[in-house]
Amino acid sequence: MGVDNYKLAMWTFLGSECFFFGSLIGTYMSYRGKSLTGPYPLDVFDPAVTSISTFDLLASSLFMVLAVHYAKAGEINKMLGWVAATMVGGLIFLGFQYYEFSHFVHEGLTLKSNLFGATFYVLTGFHGTHVAVGVLLLGSLAWSAKRGHLANIGETTEVIGLYWHFVDVVWIVIFTLVYLLEYT
Amino acid sequence: MATPAAVPHTHEAGHSASPSGLWSWLTTVDHKRIGILYGLSALAFFVLGGVEGLIIRSQLSVPNNDLVSAPFYNALFTMHGTTMIFLGVMPLSAAFFNYMIPLQIGARDVVFPRLNAFSYWLFLFGAFVLNVPFLIQPFTAGLDPSSTLAPLIRVIPDGGWFGYATLTGKEFSPYLSIDFWVAGLQILGIASMAAGFNFIVTIFNMRAPGMTMLRMPVFTWMTLVVQFLVVLSFPCITVALILLLMDRLFGTHFYIPSAGGDPLLWQHLFWLFGHPEVYILILPAMGIVSEVLPVFSRKPLFGAPFVIFSGITIGLLGFGVWAHHMFTTGLGAAADAAFSVTTMLIAIPTGVKIFNWIFTLWGGQIRLTTSMLFALGFVGMFTMGGLSGIMHSSPPVDLQQQDSYFVVAHFHYVLFGGAIFGLFSGIYYWFPKMSGRFLDETWGKIIFALVLGGFNLTFFPMHFVGAWGMPRRIYTYDEGMGWDQVNLLETIGAFTLAFGVLLFLISFFRSMRNGAKAGANPWDAATLEWITTSPPAVHNFDKTPMVYSDRPVWEKSHGPGPGYSLPEGEEHIHLPPPSIKPLIGAVGVGMFLTSFVALNLSILALGMTALGLALIFYSFYTWFLEPGH
Amino acid sequence: MKPTRASLLLPLVMVVLAACGGDHPMSTFIAHSDLTREINAIYSRIFWWTALLFLLVQGGLIYVVLRFRAKGTETANPEQVHGNIRLELTWTILPIFILMHIAIPTVSLIFKSQAQTTEENAVLVNALGKQWWFAFEYPELGVTTANEMHVPLGTEIEVRLQSDNVIHSFWVPQLMAKRDMVPGRVNHIKFKAEKLGEFYGQCAEYCGDSHALMKFRVVVDTPEDFAKWIASQKAPAETEAATAQAGFQAFQGAGCVACHAINGTTAAAVIGPDLTHVGSRTMIASGILENNEENLKKWIKDPPGVKPGSKMPNLNLSDEQVASLAAYLQTLK
Ligand code: HEA
Ligand code: HEA
Ligand code: HEC
Ligand code: CUA
Ligand SMILES: [Cu+2]
Repeated sequence: MGVDNYKLAMWTFLGSECFFFGSLIGTYMSYRGKSLTGPYPLDVFDPAVTSISTFDLLASSLFMVLAVHYAKAGEINKMLGWVAATMVGGLIFLGFQYYEFSHFVHEGLTLKSNLFGATFYVLTGFHGTHVAVGVLLLGSLAWSAKRGHLANIGETTEVIGLYWHFVDVVWIVIFTLVYLLEYT
Repeated sequence: MATPAAVPHTHEAGHSASPSGLWSWLTTVDHKRIGILYGLSALAFFVLGGVEGLIIRSQLSVPNNDLVSAPFYNALFTMHGTTMIFLGVMPLSAAFFNYMIPLQIGARDVVFPRLNAFSYWLFLFGAFVLNVPFLIQPFTAGLDPSSTLAPLIRVIPDGGWFGYATLTGKEFSPYLSIDFWVAGLQILGIASMAAGFNFIVTIFNMRAPGMTMLRMPVFTWMTLVVQFLVVLSFPCITVALILLLMDRLFGTHFYIPSAGGDPLLWQHLFWLFGHPEVYILILPAMGIVSEVLPVFSRKPLFGAPFVIFSGITIGLLGFGVWAHHMFTTGLGAAADAAFSVTTMLIAIPTGVKIFNWIFTLWGGQIRLTTSMLFALGFVGMFTMGGLSGIMHSSPPVDLQQQDSYFVVAHFHYVLFGGAIFGLFSGIYYWFPKMSGRFLDETWGKIIFALVLGGFNLTFFPMHFVGAWGMPRRIYTYDEGMGWDQVNLLETIGAFTLAFGVLLFLISFFRSMRNGAKAGANPWDAATLEWITTSPPAVHNFDKTPMVYSDRPVWEKSHGPGPGYSLPEGEEHIHLPPPSIKPLIGAVGVGMFLTSFVALNLSILALGMTALGLALIFYSFYTWFLEPGH
Repeated sequence: MKPTRASLLLPLVMVVLAACGGDHPMSTFIAHSDLTREINAIYSRIFWWTALLFLLVQGGLIYVVLRFRAKGTETANPEQVHGNIRLELTWTILPIFILMHIAIPTVSLIFKSQAQTTEENAVLVNALGKQWWFAFEYPELGVTTANEMHVPLGTEIEVRLQSDNVIHSFWVPQLMAKRDMVPGRVNHIKFKAEKLGEFYGQCAEYCGDSHALMKFRVVVDTPEDFAKWIASQKAPAETEAATAQAGFQAFQGAGCVACHAINGTTAAAVIGPDLTHVGSRTMIASGILENNEENLKKWIKDPPGVKPGSKMPNLNLSDEQVASLAAYLQTLK
């Protein structure tokens, strides 16, 4: 009836995730500008770098669309290629995040240093964890698709795609509220 | 009196034989068995929470009593509240979701049976983490405060069930007590959310043909609303707990004012979860009552769509009222006024339900079975609690009532008089379906009288002591405050109530063995769970029914419509095989989350973290490779 | 709409409740300030509505059950009524009016009671919640004291509530209802006392081990007495020089100076309550013991024994030390 079981489960899961990230973002926003000591956002942010990683994540979403398309069309090899591309996009994003975090720590921004540090790392850290889980999911998707373990590759890819797009959208919100807002 | 809708049962060999033995329970993925596991665990924890309540009441029976010490009293009410809510009412409701939802919608099982088993085992693990400190503390209480094991001196959670910052911070609670609480709740939250996704998909996708949304039983409807509340509200407490854990473990300052943090952030996040939570507790009971009242008055539910829509409205409004728990915290006049008004609005859909229930009875043929008595008790007692809730909803008035026994009276009326009465009604109603036997009706009436009387004797006077200024969460009080006699009265009430519960337990286990036999549809009820045998076969239904009405079974025997029909021919029955993976996965998740508690003690606990992760990975990976999901 | 009409009904409730026995020094039904009076007016308005609804629902329930109980002789099923839109709309809409009748005075009192103080001679008190006692400061009058707050009759009092530890809640049922003391924030509550006398207060937010023992008193004086009280509190403790000498030495010797202040001496620590005029208070240790020599000894001997978890440690003093300390503190009027 109606929507596929896994897809519906994913939708409700993403609804739940909205409240999860909503709470984290709400926390970030309510503490915005309340740090008593530095470093402050403008001391550490490098909008150029973050824009590149944002673009990279956006691009990976596009690859994901293509992967879903070919999965549905039954062109497994093409699908595998795009899944790999999506994974690479995700990994690059994580690399940027690793670079950003270590750079920030170097600048003196840690979890403990102030509210900005705490809220920033917890929010973006949980987002990064979601990207990492996404990469793992895509990896096991590719693995089992290749080995022919999956009965319904199209649906499964679509469901994982939903998750991937969601994580991407959350990043857009984070990028806007955490980074861009500082420059208005 | 009862005319069971006779359904011929041709048992296919292999499907009806239920396996037995401990292993079969550990590996079960059958929603009915999982329901039974939930139910029995919940009853056990309800008794445990009840005994904690009885110790509380004994301590308070006379002024300046010293039965228990102040810190232990504080641990008692924390664990009493936490246990009753998370380990009593929620899993008892979950027992009925598990057992009844697939039956009510004409399905063979929930959509993800192994996820379902996983939820249960994770719940049990969480309950264990919350309660195991009771066993540890006697041995660690005497440790030297300067030793490295000093955090173990106090391990029983003692921050109150809503664990307000900054008291739960490292500075004011340096012991592990809060960490156990955080870990336990985190685990329970994941268990509930996993079940939530499962039931939402089950209810949307597994309904028998012909069962449109508006033909769904009201209990199923309320379950659906509850699951949405669960999956949307638990993330908020998850975040609140994560931030608390960060503060306690990694030195962040989310709730610590000296570094700019705000203790009220905790309250916002907690109550953003906490208020929907109270509707998570009451809506299942409302669903049960909406089944029981019509059946025992032999009429349909009056204005069923109105009842359903008001259930949905209650759920929606539930997300917009959280700050009514914070009227005293100084949010400002505008916020107080806004939250006051939204809170009052909830009276409207709730009132609709109350009046619709009463009019369901109007003109009926009312049979006062024990189940019906508890349902009627629910309507009366819940109304009482709801009306005192309306008193709280006026902030100036609440400035006198907040954190007094008046509030304690309010929430026991809605929680015990509401949720527990409703669930008891459900137990008496569905016991014949689940066991094939009736619960004893004579005992039932005595139990009802004791519980109703004891309950009111315990909690009604709390309105008075509350209004006379007795604060809650005090382990002792002085003479001369005018609170003495009333408190003694409440204690007597509590023991009367406990006696009633004790009789219930005896009756419950006696009837399980030698209660009178019940047929498939002993109450002449209306919904699909009553067409299968009592207890149902492993595969629930031999044939999936086609549904034509919101009261299929009633209409089948009384008209006017056909109610439901069974398809011709044999049906292929597919049931998932048992699996131990859910249990292993739950242990892994549980260990992983609990290891944060231990991290507080020593870095060696990283081993536990790693083991937990390994178990998670192993079980989930092999889980998906197993056939039949 | 006038609160006075609603409060006419209040005595009725009170009579019924008073009949249940005894003296209730913390009863919220007894209002001795403008604020609590107005709260009770709203309370009684809600009370009567809810009482009516309560009777309606319970009465309806009992009536319906009695009237429609199955006799066992019925031959046919009852009429299968599925609903009645008009009735259902009625009980959806009617409650709205009841709720409006409650909400309007509620909202107006919220704004009124939380408005800024406008009176010029208002008395400002800083109340600080500690684990587990209260410090009071009169910033404009230069007085610091603990656990016993004096206020003048008929004058607007503004209490600023603060905490530097955990959340407490400041509750004096008959004078000012309650508000929380939240670390990192300053909350306000204002009221005008309407009766002379001593009123009970207690912390209402769970704040750790001895939450139950965190009490205080509010004394409402005539403006003249209040002025006298202020003057005496401002002055250093008047003790005969000889006693003062010996007593203070004991005080210093036992280590009390590490935490307590006594005006006019070198003791100036602020960890514990200000003891300059501790002898003039009716109660000690935040309202749990009457202030007499016996109890002072008991307290100094073993504070955590009296108050679990007390931040004042057991200093293992000898009986002589305790006795001289108690005697000295008694003289600090
Ligand atoms: C099952 C659980 C449950 C339910 C259903 C409710 C229902 C309601 N609750 Fe309650 N509540 C709790 C559990 C619950 N509560 C708990 C556990 C706490 C304490 C937490 C803690 O501090 O530990 C609490 C505390 C609490 C507070 C905070 C008190 C304080 O700490 O200061 C408030 C304040 O507004 C409140 C209000 C309400 C209201 C307005 C409803 C409404 O939903 C009630 C609606 C029902 C009716 C009104 C009755 C029927 C209606 C009619 C007959 C129609 C006509 C009625 C009118 C026109 C008035 N509740
Ligand atoms: C569903 C929820 C639920 C239920 C059912 C109950 C049930 C009871 N509660 Fe509960 N209570 C809460 C939820 C609940 N409570 C919450 C959330 C709090 C707030 C906690 C906090 O402040 O953090 C609270 C707080 C609370 C307090 C206030 C404590 C304080 O503030 O200091 C008190 C005091 O009387 C109390 C008493 C009782 C009693 C006597 C029962 C009785 O109904 C229990 C009935 C007894 C039994 C079910 C046991 C049956 C026993 C046997 C069968 C064995 C027989 C053995 C003997 C006779 C020895 N509760
Ligand atoms: C480590 C700090 C500390 C030391 C040392 C200390 N006190 Fe205290 N004292 C406190 C605190 C904190 C309180 C408030 C306790 C409470 O009520 O919970 C207190 C309360 C009191 C009170 C009750 C005051 C009131 O207003 O009710 C008296 C009297 C008192 N102390 C006397 C003494 C004497 C005498 C000594 C020395 C022998 C002493 N204190 C040493 C911290 C200390
Ligand atoms: Cu301070 Cu309770
Ligand atoms: Cu609420």
